[in-house]
Amino acid sequence: MANLQHPVAAPAEQSSSPSPPDSRPAAARRLSRVKERIIEALLLLAAFTSVAITVGIVGTLVYESSTFFAHVPLKDFLTDTLWTPLFASPRFGILPLIMGTLVTTLVALTVALPVGTVVAIYLSEFAPVAVREIIKPALELLSAVPTVVYGYFALQFMSPLLQKFIPGLPTFNMLSAGVVMGIMIIPYVSSLSEDAMRAVPMSLREGAYALGANRIITALKVVYPSAFSGIVASYILAISRAIGETMIVAIAAGMQPNLTADPREPAATITAFIVQVSLGDLPHGSIGYQSIFAAGITLFIMTLIFNILGYILRKRFREVY
Amino acid sequence: MSDFKRIIAKRKRQDFIFNIVGIVCTLIGIVTLGALLVDLFLDGLPRLNLAFLTHFPSRFAEQAGILSSWVGTLLIMVVTAAAAVPLGVAAGVYLEEYARRNWLTNLIEINIANLAGVPSIVYGLMALGLLVYQFRLGTSILTGGLTLAFLILPIVIVATREALRTIPQGIREAAYALGSTKWQVVRHHLLPYSIGGTMTGIIIALSRAIGETAPLITIGALTFIAFLPPPPIKSQAPFVSVEWLSSPFSVLPIQMFNWVSRPDQAFVVNAAGAGLVLILITLSLNAVAIVIRYRVRKRIKW
Repeated sequence: MANLQHPVAAPAEQSSSPSPPDSRPAAARRLSRVKERIIEALLLLAAFTSVAITVGIVGTLVYESSTFFAHVPLKDFLTDTLWTPLFASPRFGILPLIMGTLVTTLVALTVALPVGTVVAIYLSEFAPVAVREIIKPALELLSAVPTVVYGYFALQFMSPLLQKFIPGLPTFNMLSAGVVMGIMIIPYVSSLSEDAMRAVPMSLREGAYALGANRIITALKVVYPSAFSGIVASYILAISRAIGETMIVAIAAGMQPNLTADPREPAATITAFIVQVSLGDLPHGSIGYQSIFAAGITLFIMTLIFNILGYILRKRFREVY
Repeated sequence: MSDFKRIIAKRKRQDFIFNIVGIVCTLIGIVTLGALLVDLFLDGLPRLNLAFLTHFPSRFAEQAGILSSWVGTLLIMVVTAAAAVPLGVAAGVYLEEYARRNWLTNLIEINIANLAGVPSIVYGLMALGLLVYQFRLGTSILTGGLTLAFLILPIVIVATREALRTIPQGIREAAYALGSTKWQVVRHHLLPYSIGGTMTGIIIALSRAIGETAPLITIGALTFIAFLPPPPIKSQAPFVSVEWLSSPFSVLPIQMFNWVSRPDQAFVVNAAGAGLVLILITLSLNAVAIVIRYRVRKRIKW
């Protein structure tokens, strides 16, 4: 990998020795060494762009929302139960939006985590190789479908379908958005968890078999715990995806902030609110413009918490073979 | 002894039951994908004709088409690829081949892992505050393309690194032994040998960018646009023009979103048509990526 000690890559000063003589004049050699340095600097610069992007994200969110928080006390923002920033007498309580985000996320996870985990166990421990080679890429296509198409599907297909089973379900509701979102993130859970389970050494399974365990007991009691750090990483990724998912909820869950824990009701999420405001024509610097950055920084912090949590869990549960 | 047999039978039964459960769960995903495709085909196929591809959006659903939005998608992708591919590949090469193990490398690596977890709409907010207003690029094709380039950069970097990692160390050492400099090794050996894996990653990243809607809405992309950006080729010298970079735009997913959120059923049919075009593009890109990956895996035996 990186940082290798290559004897031949050492500077060409030893050309007096019998090793391959460099026939070029010293100036040309110096030039090529300068060129190498410049190229390395350019490559480093490219790698550093990613850091610049992060700085840009955090900087913009903090800068733009700081003007928002100069108008709105943080206490009101976190405790007020009404979010009506574009009304004549605006109220700025983020709770209804957070609630909408959490409810749709929970619905999605209720679908994606169990199904994804079972699929991962099935593909890694049960399915024949040929089946796995076909099913895995096919499932990954689920995450290749544009989210706006999923939004259409949730509104035009899932909602009418669920209305047949749940009488009185409105057309826009968090349940159908959440269920479709859950199906969308199944491959995030199943693919990464399967990779983690397949990395568990065969000898562990053989040990379990030797003690008389069957496949399912081996999978649940030996493979699953051994691969736990990788599986948790896939769960956390799924949670981050669900919290940040925008188009499905913007299309199918409704645009009205609504402080409720009932997934059958319509409610706006943080992301749906940002979309809704961006669709209108908001002057730069207005309170409405600033409010999407306040919503954005809340979203960013929520996903950051889960990313850090995932990092800690991975470290704690990492098994080394 | 019969006790023992009963236990064995029970355990075999457990395995059998889980096998069924596993197949059913796997089918949930596959069947949904199928239902989605069928639903979209049934709704959208009647709308899919040449007029739909060559007309601007309109107040009248029957006359509306997706000309401005597919042209917008195409131009945005040109900018995104032009920015994300060189940056991403260069960053990947640096991290895999050049980087020393120090705090700076660690910082960059943790940062890339974190960027991959940032919701796409947050990239849109960053582009709105920074590119649109601070750098005064406006809501242009350039801004939109750069926004999506930032978004897919981590995917390109990770794909490049993984492709480089599969090249055996011996190739590098052989090149060094012949007196190659580090850049010569990268340029003449590592990049050509890893192109399959890198291309797969780039195509998947672009197909993701094509479907992205939220960040472009956030930077203020238009939902209704009845003109095309100025053409990139002019009749007078210098024959090329970059005017289109600063043109306003719409893209396919935004057009679809605009139509799907209207109460009029005729527009919903249009949305299905646009969605069909969108999904055909992304699925065929993914198919290409799968074929490349498969062929690379078959061809190269180190």
